[in-house]
Amino acid sequence: MRKIRCALIGSGNIGTDLMFKLLRSELLEPVWMAGIDANSDGLKRAAEKGLKTTHEGVDGLLPHVEDDRIEIAFDATSAYVHAENSRKLNEKGVLMIDLTPAAIGPLCVPPVNLGDLAKETPMNVNMISCAGQATIPIVAAVGAVQPVDYAEIIASLSSKSIGPGTRANLDEFTYTTSNAIEKVGGARKGKALAIINPADPPMIMRNTIYCEVAGTPDKAAITASVLKMIEEVQRYVPGYKLVNGPDFDGNLVAVFMEVAGLGDYLPTYAGNLDIMTAAAARTAEMFAERLLDGTMKLRALEAV
Amino acid sequence: MGKSGLEGLKVKLHDMSLRDGMHAKREQIPVAKMVEIAKGLDAAGMPYMQVTHGAGLGGNSIQHGRAIASNAEYISAVAAAVRQSTISVLLIPGLGTMIELKEAYDCGARSVHVATHCTEADTSPQHIAYARELGMDASGFLMMSHLNDAKGLTEQALLMEGYGANTVYVTDSAGAMLTHEVAEVISMMRDALKPETEIGFHGHHNLGLGVANSIAAIGAGATRIDASLAGLGAGAGNAPIEVLAAVCDRMEIETGVDTFALMDLAEDVVVPFMDHVVRADREALTLGFAGVYSTFLLPAKRAAERFGVPARDILVELGHRKMIGGQEDMIQDTAMTMARERGLLKGVA
Repeated sequence: MRKIRCALIGSGNIGTDLMFKLLRSELLEPVWMAGIDANSDGLKRAAEKGLKTTHEGVDGLLPHVEDDRIEIAFDATSAYVHAENSRKLNEKGVLMIDLTPAAIGPLCVPPVNLGDLAKETPMNVNMISCAGQATIPIVAAVGAVQPVDYAEIIASLSSKSIGPGTRANLDEFTYTTSNAIEKVGGARKGKALAIINPADPPMIMRNTIYCEVAGTPDKAAITASVLKMIEEVQRYVPGYKLVNGPDFDGNLVAVFMEVAGLGDYLPTYAGNLDIMTAAAARTAEMFAERLLDGTMKLRALEAV
Repeated sequence: MGKSGLEGLKVKLHDMSLRDGMHAKREQIPVAKMVEIAKGLDAAGMPYMQVTHGAGLGGNSIQHGRAIASNAEYISAVAAAVRQSTISVLLIPGLGTMIELKEAYDCGARSVHVATHCTEADTSPQHIAYARELGMDASGFLMMSHLNDAKGLTEQALLMEGYGANTVYVTDSAGAMLTHEVAEVISMMRDALKPETEIGFHGHHNLGLGVANSIAAIGAGATRIDASLAGLGAGAGNAPIEVLAAVCDRMEIETGVDTFALMDLAEDVVVPFMDHVVRADREALTLGFAGVYSTFLLPAKRAAERFGVPARDILVELGHRKMIGGQEDMIQDTAMTMARERGLLKGVA
């Protein structure tokens, strides 16, 4: 069967982990990886796996987009360069899946709103952040039972899994995730906290989700809704696991999750990589299905 | 008696009562009380005082507790009340953001501690650079310093200096550092940093070493010391500032503050206002002994009450799990897991 041909921009932790996911996809084929460091581990791994590589960034990739029939690109660089990367590839009719916190396009958390996005034909879809992917499904699951006045999430990440791009731009991570808790999670107000823990051996990714609901929480319905949502996420991230809760204290609902990864690139503690890359791959596969069956057509966006 | 050898050294004290003290008051210091304490500190000649939620900018949250006023309200009120003191704030990247730093600046803050865990200095460049761009005094603040060694801390300090910090702090958040360790780290930093970069020390009193460690820091080259009135702060409290001032006077270290005025403020205003006696009680001592973040003390006591697992057991387990500042959610999580293992809790997970 034909596969949709893809390019990866960014050869760091996220780009490299995503490559391994795409190599297993029945609908997507990674063809290119573009980085900016010729000696990066990611570019070496990509070359070993038979991908074409360039260390000249997105500009090294652009001349090959048509010949190599690239239809979907994943950007795993940083929020600051994403807009330019997206513009250049959209002009060539390539759909952009954005794994930076730039958030130019519609925000996507697959089990919450991928179905809605399928009805649109966006040329840029944003994957928010690892913390957003790990927590927003729970916020939405609580919100499906009764309104969430305020949702607060705490993501604890192992130091070894956080690359230099995220470190240097933590505020963008905070802003984008907080906003998505409201826009996608449905909370009236959202707040995101990130903690980078250097423990060695590294701690597994942990996420705590607090929701203050309107009125007395319907404990049985919220518990059922949360457990069902966890199963949804487990379909693409098997290591997504409930540790404690849902715990009810007044109108506060607390859910304590951990996310183990598949160990594709970094070891299994780095569930934050997996939940982000698995969500991006799942999103791209949905669009790939529609491209392959002809219900969606890509269009080149004109230069502005 | 012989001399201390520190005569004539000049040190700037930085009061923490209205920031770290918020932890000891469960974030419930009224604005009027902050203003009263701030005026007293200002009149006593305190050069710097920190004013925010205990967790700093962005701290108002379920995770860190909700204060009775916003940071903007606290900072504005204190800034309007003081004449000579510089108002500072705490900013922990991942919690506070540059938007909140700008707001604090607009309210009158002119100094900031940009705080990271002691191995994660590279999460602070944008905040330190922005503070300097605003013209603020900017300190890099290496929390939980006992979890890194002198060489590692010095490397982290150099990163923060490179981002523009004009001061770098060794921050003993767990009150777990021993006197010779403080001296070793600060000596190494003093040799490595630019001469114009200042070094600070922030001590906690969990092992009763708050003042002694501060003096050791001064002896090794620190020129900025954080402390608070009667120690009002997380865990067994900060180094008590009136005691530190008195020791500095005796050692002829120049602080420029009025020691008797600080003693009066501590005794007449702060101590009567405490919810509990801030001291090295069993749990606070456990923090220092096990190297656990001091702020975990009160939430651990609350979790102990709710889930029936002793606070000391929870704190020791958090130490084993290497939880760091900001992971307050893991206190309840750990208490629940321990309660389940002990047959005290049944539930879904």
